[in-house]
Amino acid sequence: MGEEDYYLELCERPVQFEKANPVNCVFFDEANKQVFAVRSGGATGVVVKGPDDRNPISFRMDDKGEVKCIKFSLENKILAVQRTSKTVDFCNFIPDNSQLEYTQECKTKNANILGFCWTSSTEIVFITDQGIEFYQVLPEKRSLKLLKSHNLNVNWYMYCPESAVILLSTTVLENVLQPFHFRAGTMSKLPKFEIELPAAPKSTKPSLSERDIAMATMFKRFSCLSLPSSWDYRYGQLYVLFLRHHSRTSNSTGAEVVLYHLPREGACKKMHILKLNRTGKFALNVVDNLVVVHHQDTETSVIFDIKLRGEFDGSVTFHHPVLPARSIQPYQIPITGPAAVTSQSPVPCKLYSSSWIVFQPDIIISASQGYLWNLQVKLEPIVNLLPDKGRLMDFLLQRKECKMVILSVCSQMLSESDRASLPVIATVFDKLNHEYKKYLDAEQSYAMAVEAGQSRSSPLLKRPVRTQAVLDQSDVYTHVLSAFVEKKEMPHKFVIAVLMEYIRSLNQFQIAVQHYLHELVIKTLVQHNLFYMLHQFLQYHVLSDSKPLACLLLSLESFYPPAHQLSLDMLKRLSTANDEIVEVLLSKHQVLAALRFIRGIGGHDNISARKFLDAAKQTEDNMLFYTIFRFFEQRNQRLRGSPNFTPGEHCEEHVAFFKQIFGDQALMRPTTF
Amino acid sequence: MAAAAAGAGSGPWAAQEKQFPPALLSFFIYNPRFGPREGQEENKILFYHPNEVEKNEKIRNVGLCEAIVQFTRTFSPSKPAKSLHTQKNRQFFNEPEENFWMVMVVRNPIIEKQSKDGKPVIEYQEEELLDKVYSSVLRQCYSMYKLFNGTFLKAMEDGGVKLLKERLEKFFHRYLQTLHLQSCDLLDIFGGISFFPLDKMTYLKIQSFINRMEESLNIVKYTAFLYNDQLIWSGLEQDDMRILYKYLTTSLFPRHIEPELAGRDSPIRAEMPGNLQHYGRFLTGPLNLNDPDAKCRFPKIFVNTDDTYEELHLIVYKAMSAAVCFMIDGGPVKFSFEYCCSASHSKMNLTGIFCHDLPASVHPTLDFCRRLDSIVGPQLTVLASDICEQFNINKRMSGSEKEPQFKFIYFNHMNLAEKSTVHMRKTPSVSLTSVHPDLMKILGDINSDFTRVDEDEEIIVKAMSDYWVVGKKSDRRELYVILNQKNANLIEVNEEVKKLCATQFNNIFFLD
Repeated sequence: MGEEDYYLELCERPVQFEKANPVNCVFFDEANKQVFAVRSGGATGVVVKGPDDRNPISFRMDDKGEVKCIKFSLENKILAVQRTSKTVDFCNFIPDNSQLEYTQECKTKNANILGFCWTSSTEIVFITDQGIEFYQVLPEKRSLKLLKSHNLNVNWYMYCPESAVILLSTTVLENVLQPFHFRAGTMSKLPKFEIELPAAPKSTKPSLSERDIAMATMFKRFSCLSLPSSWDYRYGQLYVLFLRHHSRTSNSTGAEVVLYHLPREGACKKMHILKLNRTGKFALNVVDNLVVVHHQDTETSVIFDIKLRGEFDGSVTFHHPVLPARSIQPYQIPITGPAAVTSQSPVPCKLYSSSWIVFQPDIIISASQGYLWNLQVKLEPIVNLLPDKGRLMDFLLQRKECKMVILSVCSQMLSESDRASLPVIATVFDKLNHEYKKYLDAEQSYAMAVEAGQSRSSPLLKRPVRTQAVLDQSDVYTHVLSAFVEKKEMPHKFVIAVLMEYIRSLNQFQIAVQHYLHELVIKTLVQHNLFYMLHQFLQYHVLSDSKPLACLLLSLESFYPPAHQLSLDMLKRLSTANDEIVEVLLSKHQVLAALRFIRGIGGHDNISARKFLDAAKQTEDNMLFYTIFRFFEQRNQRLRGSPNFTPGEHCEEHVAFFKQIFGDQALMRPTTF
Repeated sequence: MAAAAAGAGSGPWAAQEKQFPPALLSFFIYNPRFGPREGQEENKILFYHPNEVEKNEKIRNVGLCEAIVQFTRTFSPSKPAKSLHTQKNRQFFNEPEENFWMVMVVRNPIIEKQSKDGKPVIEYQEEELLDKVYSSVLRQCYSMYKLFNGTFLKAMEDGGVKLLKERLEKFFHRYLQTLHLQSCDLLDIFGGISFFPLDKMTYLKIQSFINRMEESLNIVKYTAFLYNDQLIWSGLEQDDMRILYKYLTTSLFPRHIEPELAGRDSPIRAEMPGNLQHYGRFLTGPLNLNDPDAKCRFPKIFVNTDDTYEELHLIVYKAMSAAVCFMIDGGPVKFSFEYCCSASHSKMNLTGIFCHDLPASVHPTLDFCRRLDSIVGPQLTVLASDICEQFNINKRMSGSEKEPQFKFIYFNHMNLAEKSTVHMRKTPSVSLTSVHPDLMKILGDINSDFTRVDEDEEIIVKAMSDYWVVGKKSDRRELYVILNQKNANLIEVNEEVKKLCATQFNNIFFLD
């Protein structure tokens, strides 16, 4: 298996921490993504490392018993440590606040605290076996205030920090899930829902295991003008992922992952089923809006993209893996510190180890080795693994870092060796432009909303964020088309067909085509002497009118005489290029035509007499000169009451010439009233 | 202003008068080099119509033409005589290839009157025929021959005088019957192409279709696309397209209209399993694809004869009103697996009356035709209905179809675009005009005036009773307008034409 075949990899710079051992306990906080290494109950030190922090936080605390759970509030303001099943201890990490610990006991009598979650820098939720308690921490007073609580029997809980939702498992079968949402001091109860358990033999009691449930948000939207209250848009869509193991009684061929969509309002709905087609031990991650399912038995992983088309049975959509199963790319443990000096070869890391623990969305922790990795998707290898270009584009356009990969796919499909057929090329262009158009529309409605002054009244009005999936004309031109048309070995028919296909696609999405694309078409046609084709394109206005294009055509006149007519027509249609029309006509010595034109549009009072007289003189046609001269004399008469030219017009030379040819008496006499 | 108050002979025709339109008297092709000595004159003659004419008369007529051309050459070496006017007829000369002369003799129109004593008196109308019109017709004869046979010189190279004579005989024998000299007019001078008006998006869809077809039928060299007998796209160069267009619109398409109307060979292929239902069918080539013995013989055409001299097979395929011409390499040396060799001289299937049956040659196979049908048919059917829909939308948007006060003919020399509201739909036999022939003659006269000068100009003519005829020429474009306005004066007519230009030609630079 070549290196280019692995499409999943562990990040290059993992968070490294002291391995778990009898004296060193390791904890992971999903909200802050921090690893806590607590040595000897904290007495010999606590080291906290997060993915973004360069400097780990280290401190000491008194060993007051075994630590069950330890987490910082958001922004590392307050540390909470659970050591008993009834209480949680707090310690301020805010400067100027007392660092003396303070304790909060759970309110419900006889309840055991299962754990706690920070929902903001000063708000915390205790989950007990009898319900949840929502507190505000008052660090300066070193006390907590109960904001809200709710009683129900809890088997286990799960927290999704991205959406601030806690899921509680209730009932005997553990399969009724009760979500709560927390936001700015409020706790709201969402409709509960039941996970259908697979049929199991009567002898064993079925139950929903915490291990088979995961929560993840996907498809965070960047542009929004409407529905601001819905978290679907602000935080992405929240999904509850249930790993349903293969049951011998059912006909299914393997385990599957069931995705429940949990909307902000309304009931939770079963939406997608990911077919794994295998059985055994699985773990889930969500990376770049992809569901990654790791399979320990085969030491491989598969990815699912629920945005790709699946088989819809009327209520749920069935998906198959996007790509064949592959292992995560082999990983060498980086050697740092003294080990590097001894120049040992890097140690290959055991992948899919049973000591791995997987957290959402993309975290893999090996407590025994002391590493925390982020799982990453590599897009380049996928290009060759997904032969269907349309599906490949659908897939890539949903990915974060897709731009350069998409551009390389475009270049590849236009290359001599890997040339795609025109319908495929058309499909790819259409998909790109569909995304591009969505962005342009969002941009436009944003601009309109700003103009209408909605920005002040609606604080949620945000400028649409341009994701990498937006590939505009300049991207495609710079990275794909300009190089493509330069390829000598490419048949010109194909080059033109591709350019026209791109222009067709842009037009289909009502996107105004940029001048440089038209220029590219013209350049290619001219290079191959295909002037008649060019003529036809212009005739049907495929190449949009513009002054630069008209000028380009003018320059082609010597190779293709009709270009002159095409250019003049275009200037005429632009209706803002009357000066250019006059210049073109004068340069062709069509002085009378120029004059008639400018008179036709009512501009003859403002034109320079000298310019026209110069041009008339150059024709060496005395009668023409006479006509033009007389015209301006009449204009002078009409505008100023005298046929004479003013010194400012600089026509002395022409007056003299006129006299020389036709004599003094031919000059127009001033009419007096 | 020229030819004011022309067309004096208006009014109802006298009941006893009989009219005879201009008619083809003779048509011959000769090369003076082939029989330079006395007694060998007959060798000069390559083709002579009517063939029944006695040999010596043929020789005499050819000799006369030769003498006239020689004689006039002394006065104008580069431009010898183009036509000879006599009382009874007019002769037109054309030298399309060096030393190859084509001559067409047209009898002037005749009016037969009853004299007082009851005897018929024949009056030749010497000034009725327009030189430019019939010279153009003669040139067109050559172009059409060349399209289907290649140049005279090529025939000489391939098989000497014998082959050339054979080809000429075969072609002109049929072609001359289709000349309708009585209905030739200004449009024959232009030899223009009517373009189908279309919005950009639909046009791009057609482009996309053509490119895809050329890609999947990889042997297609050029493609042309027409709708409603109007051109939308030509991959051929302008001059070749001009004559192919003429062939398609005046010969091939009209011949297929009648079967369509009669509902014969209904093209819906519902019976073909696995095939999308479509309306596509071949206008050249096999009639019935299900017939294993169907012959896939396509007419050959010759293009770019000045340059690369290409020999192509012409496949014309039509679905509803959309027709697409695929031109594929037909050169004898080229080989492709799509072809097979065949020496059979089987009967042609509607390949057209002008095309000669070539012996042993390569041609597309039935399999290729079936593949083409299955690829092109469904897509062309969809495209045709798209165009139709778009066309109807545009028509509705352009407003009421009120009969305007004027009729016009427009021609642009640069792209050969032609538009006429004077002419009714062309039929294979005659092109019908909706105006009096005298008015058409005035148009021809104005055109001749335009030809004499290079500069832009405008001519306004007051014709019979209420008619005004206006001719405008602006940068290689010509516009002829016939107005019928009672008591209009010159200024009003000028204003009318300005208005017409502003509405009909507002997107081109047309000097007023």
